[in-house]
Amino acid sequence: MTAVLDSPPRGAARPRSVTASPRLAGLALAVAALGVLAVLSVTLGVRDVSLEDLLAALGGLDENVSQAAVHKRLPRTLLAMLVGAVLGLAGAVMQGVTRNPLADPGILGVTAGASLAVVVGIAFAGLSSPTGFIWVAIAGAAVSAVLVYVVGSLGRGGATPLKLALAGAATSAAFSSLISAILLPRIAVMDSFRFWQIGGVGGASLGRIGTVLPFLLVGTLLCLVVARGLNSLALGDDLAAGLGERVALTRAAAATGAVLLCGAATAVAGPIGFVGLVVPHACRLLVGSDHRWLLPLSMVVGAALLTAADLVGRLVARPSEVDVGIVTALVGAPVFIVVVRRMRGRTL
Amino acid sequence: MTTTLVSVTSGRLGRARSRALLTGILAAVVVALVATSLMVGQTFYGPGEVLRVVLGQHVPGASFAVGELRLPRTTLALVAGLALGLAGVTFQTMLHNPLASPDVIGISSGASAAAVVAIVVLRLPESLVSLVAIGAALLTALVIYLLAYRDGVVGTRLILIGIGISAMLDSVVSYVIVRAATWDLQTAMRWLTGSVNGAVWSTVAPLTLAVLVLAPVLLAQARPLRLMQHGDDAAAALGVPVERTRVIAILAAVGLVALATAAAGPIAFVAFLAGPIAARIVGPGTSLMVPAALVGAVLVLGADLVGQHAAGNRYPVGVVTGVLGAPYLVHLLIRTNRAGGSP
Amino acid sequence: MTTAHTLVAEAVTLAYGDRTVVEELDLRVDDGRITVIVGANACGKSTLLRALARLLPPSGGRVLLDGKELHRQPTKEVARTLGLLPQSPVAPEGIVVADLVARGRSPHQRLLSRWSGADDLAVAEALDLTGTSDLADRVVDELSGGQRQRVWIAMALAQRTDILLLDEPTTYLDICHQVEVLDLLTDLNRDRGTTIVMVLHDLNLAARYADRLVALSRGRIVASGDPSEVLTPAVIRTVFGMSSEVVPDPVSGRPMVLPVGRHHSGRLAATA
Repeated sequence: MTAVLDSPPRGAARPRSVTASPRLAGLALAVAALGVLAVLSVTLGVRDVSLEDLLAALGGLDENVSQAAVHKRLPRTLLAMLVGAVLGLAGAVMQGVTRNPLADPGILGVTAGASLAVVVGIAFAGLSSPTGFIWVAIAGAAVSAVLVYVVGSLGRGGATPLKLALAGAATSAAFSSLISAILLPRIAVMDSFRFWQIGGVGGASLGRIGTVLPFLLVGTLLCLVVARGLNSLALGDDLAAGLGERVALTRAAAATGAVLLCGAATAVAGPIGFVGLVVPHACRLLVGSDHRWLLPLSMVVGAALLTAADLVGRLVARPSEVDVGIVTALVGAPVFIVVVRRMRGRTL
Repeated sequence: MTTTLVSVTSGRLGRARSRALLTGILAAVVVALVATSLMVGQTFYGPGEVLRVVLGQHVPGASFAVGELRLPRTTLALVAGLALGLAGVTFQTMLHNPLASPDVIGISSGASAAAVVAIVVLRLPESLVSLVAIGAALLTALVIYLLAYRDGVVGTRLILIGIGISAMLDSVVSYVIVRAATWDLQTAMRWLTGSVNGAVWSTVAPLTLAVLVLAPVLLAQARPLRLMQHGDDAAAALGVPVERTRVIAILAAVGLVALATAAAGPIAFVAFLAGPIAARIVGPGTSLMVPAALVGAVLVLGADLVGQHAAGNRYPVGVVTGVLGAPYLVHLLIRTNRAGGSP
Repeated sequence: MTTAHTLVAEAVTLAYGDRTVVEELDLRVDDGRITVIVGANACGKSTLLRALARLLPPSGGRVLLDGKELHRQPTKEVARTLGLLPQSPVAPEGIVVADLVARGRSPHQRLLSRWSGADDLAVAEALDLTGTSDLADRVVDELSGGQRQRVWIAMALAQRTDILLLDEPTTYLDICHQVEVLDLLTDLNRDRGTTIVMVLHDLNLAARYADRLVALSRGRIVASGDPSEVLTPAVIRTVFGMSSEVVPDPVSGRPMVLPVGRHHSGRLAATA
C-alpha cells in the first residue's frame, strides 16, 4: 500500500501535466491528516494517553494502564485505516465501473448480500470461525453485486443511477426480510450474528486483521492496476474499445477487486455505509477525475474518514461508544443527498 | 366515423366490464379470507357461530376466541392490507415508477427507526411507540419532500433522496438492534418484521378510522393521479393542478402508511407488490386504487393464514410476505427494467 | 366550429430559478392560424411555449387568454380552451390506444360525472382524424414512433380545444412521418379553425407549414411574420450564426434555407 503511495502514478512527472503539483499537494495534505488522526486515535479515548506513554508503548513497553490502552487501540486504529482505505477505493472503482455517481457498496446492496450470506452460514452451516465468515461474506457480496448490476442495467439507458439505486434498495429490502425470516425463530443465531455485526472496528485484533489482509491486498492490487483502464471506461464502452481498451477484462478485474474489498471489509468490520460513496466525491474535488490520482487519494481519505469516524464515535458518547457505521451514515447520507440534488434531471 | 364510434364504445364497455368483474372477484377473495381467518384456529368454529359472535351475541367459547382474539387480528390484517395497498399504488402512480413504494423510499424506515429507538432506548409503552412511529413517518416524508424540492419535485430525485434517507435510518435501526438487550431484541425484531399478533382494538380502531377517512380522499384523486402518469406537463395541460394533487396524495398516503406501520409494523413488500399485482390482474389503463387495496388485503390476510397454520413455526406475517415477496420483487425489477418503463 | 380566442404574452420574463431564459417578450398569437416558433438550441422556444400553456408562471409580465390572466384562471377551465402536447409525454405501461386518447377528455369531466356519449364521440373523432382508429385496441408500447406520435396528437384532439400548442411534434420521426404529422395539423387548422402554435427544428418544414414564423434568439424575438419576410440570410445569421442562401422552395414557393458552411462557399462566390 505504501509502495503505491510513494511512487506517483505514471504520467505525473511529464511536463504537460501542469496540474500535478496541486494534486501532489492534495495527496500530501491527506496523508498528513491521516497521520494526525492516527496519532489522535491511539491517544484519545475513555482514557487519554500522554505523548510520553504513547512513545513508550510504541517502543514495546506495557507497564501502566495508558500503555496498555495504546496496545488495545493500535489494532483498532490499524483496522479502521485499512477498512476505510479499501472502502474508499472500492467506492471509487465502483463509481468508475458503473459510470454512476451513486455507486456505493451499501446503496448497491452488496453489504446486505454479505450479511445474508453470513446469517445463512451461521444458521445452516454452523459457521463460527472468522476465516469462514470472510469467504462466505465475499461470496455473498459477489452474488448480490452481480445480481444488482445485472438487474439495474437491463433495459433502456443501461445502468442509470436511478435504476441501480432502486435495484440495490429493493435487493437490500429482499435480503433483510430473508435475514429476519432466518433469525426470528433462532435466538442463538441472532446473538452470534449480532456479535459479528457489533465487531465494527472496536473488536479488532492483529489476528483478525491478519485473516483479511491477503484478501485486501489482492483486491487493492486488482483495483489499482485498472486505474488507467477506468479512465477510458469513463468515456463509454464503445469509445473505450475504440481507444484500444479491453473493456470486458478491465471491467471484470475492477469489479472483482471491488467486491473482494467490500466483502472482506464487511466480514471483518460489519456493514459500514457511505464511505465508498462520500470519499470519491470529495477526492474528485481535489484531484479531478483521473483515476490514477483518484484511487490512491480515495484510499488515504477513506482511511482518514473512517479513523475520524471511529474517533468521534468513541469521544461523543464516553465512556460508551457509537459504532463507526452510524457515524459514517450520519455524515454520508447528507452528502448523498447533496450529490442527488446537484444531478441534472436528465442524468438521473 | 360511426364504425369507429361503435368500436370505441364497445371496446371501452368491454374493458370496463372485465375490470369490474375482476375487481369483484378480488373483493370476493378478500371476504373469503376474512371468513376463513375468523373460523380457523386452534378450534374450528362454523360460519354460523362466527356470524353470531360478530353480531354481538354470546357464544360460549367462540365469544372469546373469535371475538377477542381472531376478530381484532383479522380486522387489523384487513385494514393494514387495504391501507398499504392503497398507499403503495398511490406512490407508484404518482412517481410513475412501479418500484417507488413507501417502503423503498424510506417512509417505513422512518417509522421503524423511531419505533426501535422508542422500544430499546426510551423504553416507551406500546401505545406511545405507535404514536412516535406515526410522527416519525410523517416527518420523514416531509423531510424527503423538502429535500427533493427544487423548482418543483422531480420523481426520480424524490426516489433517490428517499433511498439515501432510508439507508441512513436503516443504519440507525441496525445500530440500535446490535446494542439492544436480548429481551428487548425480540420485541424490536418482531416490530421490525411486521406482525398482526396480539392485535387489540385500541390500535386497530385508529387505523380503521384512518382508512375510512383517507381512502375516499385518495380515491377522489384517482383521475388526476392517473393523468400525472403522462408527466407533469402533460397532466397540467389537461387541467390537473399538479402540485396540489401531489401534496394531497402524499399526505393521505403517508398517513395510511404511518398508521398501518404503527399498528402492524412494516409488513414487507405489501405496499410494493399490491400495485403491480393489481395491474397484472385487472390490466393497466385504469385507476388501480381499488384493486390494489384489495390485493393488499389479500396479501396480508393470506400471509397471516400461511404464517399461522402452514409452517411448523408460527411466523409473523411480515416474514411470510418478505420471503414470498422477495423473488417476485426481483422478477418485477427485471421485467420493469427490461420493458424500459422508466429510464 | 371554433370561437375566437386571444392568447397574448405581454412583456413576459421567464426564468428557471435565477437563470433568466426569456426577457420582456411580447407575442400575440394569431387566432385561427398556424404559428411556428424557430430558433437555435436553448434560445427559449420551449420555455415560451410552456409559459403560453400556463405551465411556467412568468416572473415578470403576464400571459393573457381572452383578456384574463392565464395563471389566475382555474387550470381545468383553461384546459378546455388550450391544449398542449409536451415534447416527451409518458405512456403508462400496457395502456391501450383508446384508453390513452380517452384521457384527453378529462378536462370535460367532473369528479363523479360518468363517461358520456359525447366523450365517446370525441375519442372516435380524434382517432379517425389521426388515422389511428385501426390501432384503438393496440397497446401503446408496441406502436412505432410515427404511430405513437399520432396517438398523442389524437389525445390532444380529444381534448377539443380551440388552441393547440405543440413542442416539437416531429422529433424522433423520419421525414415521411414528419410531413404526415404536419399535414394532419394543417388539416385541423383549415377544417376546424384550430389555432396552432408549435416549436419546430427544421426551418424548411417550418417555412412550408407556418402562416406566421417567429424567430427567437437568446430569449427575444428577432423577426416575426410571413415566412418569406422572416427567413432571410440576415435573420438566419442573427439566429443561428451561420451564413446561408435562401431560395424559393420548388414545391411550395415558400422560402427554403440552404446552409453554406465553410467548404462550399467558393462555388457560391463563383456563381454569384
